[in-house]
Amino acid sequence: MEVLYFAWLRERTGISQETVQPPDGTDTVEKLITWLKGRSAGHAEAFSDLDVVRVAVNEEYAKLDSPISAGDEVAFFPPVTGG
Amino acid sequence: MIRVQTKDFDVGRELSSLTEHNVSIGGIVTFVGTVRGNAEGNDVGAMTLEHYPGMTHKELEKIENTARERWNLAGSLIIHRHGRLKPGDRIVLVITASAHRRDAFEACEFLVDWLKTKAPFWKLEETSDGTRWVASRATDDAASSRWTE
Repeated sequence: MEVLYFAWLRERTGISQETVQPPDGTDTVEKLITWLKGRSAGHAEAFSDLDVVRVAVNEEYAKLDSPISAGDEVAFFPPVTGG
Repeated sequence: MIRVQTKDFDVGRELSSLTEHNVSIGGIVTFVGTVRGNAEGNDVGAMTLEHYPGMTHKELEKIENTARERWNLAGSLIIHRHGRLKPGDRIVLVITASAHRRDAFEACEFLVDWLKTKAPFWKLEETSDGTRWVASRATDDAASSRWTE
């Protein structure tokens, strides 16, 4: 599974993209976040307030309870500010 | 039509190439978004727009398709820049063309409202106090959601 980080989530985790193999049973975005938070202090800080974190699975907007599986691309980013 | 690019665009040239040879068009609306030189009392020296390349194009295309389903448009164009920009620089161009003006006006406003809350771009401002990521605005969410009411 590929995990991407943008804007301040990239800065806090210190990485823009990582290939991860979460344990079996990590089948929702929320479970993935819980597992990712254990990877480093930066990850824990990046996910400390989920109200300001948005997620996309395979380049489509998703939610905390959206399903995920091996091979998916999961991206985390703040609320968008383009235009 | 969607374009995501670092380079600037020429509004007149884009407008001409979108609408020339189409005599069904009776009205064209153009929106250009630019970099403001101040934010919350601080001077902004520059701004860097980051985006999610794989998703940006798709998301803008969805927004454009929605507009073309809802309004009778003869042409539409969205150009969004990314990278480092200075105050006064153009960020985004939205052009809508239609037989009668109301479709073009409404669709253009819709496109700008929706791309601000759906297209995966993030602004990093450089001010005299350092850099900061621009926070999303509740007023933008409200402007976007009124189109779904």
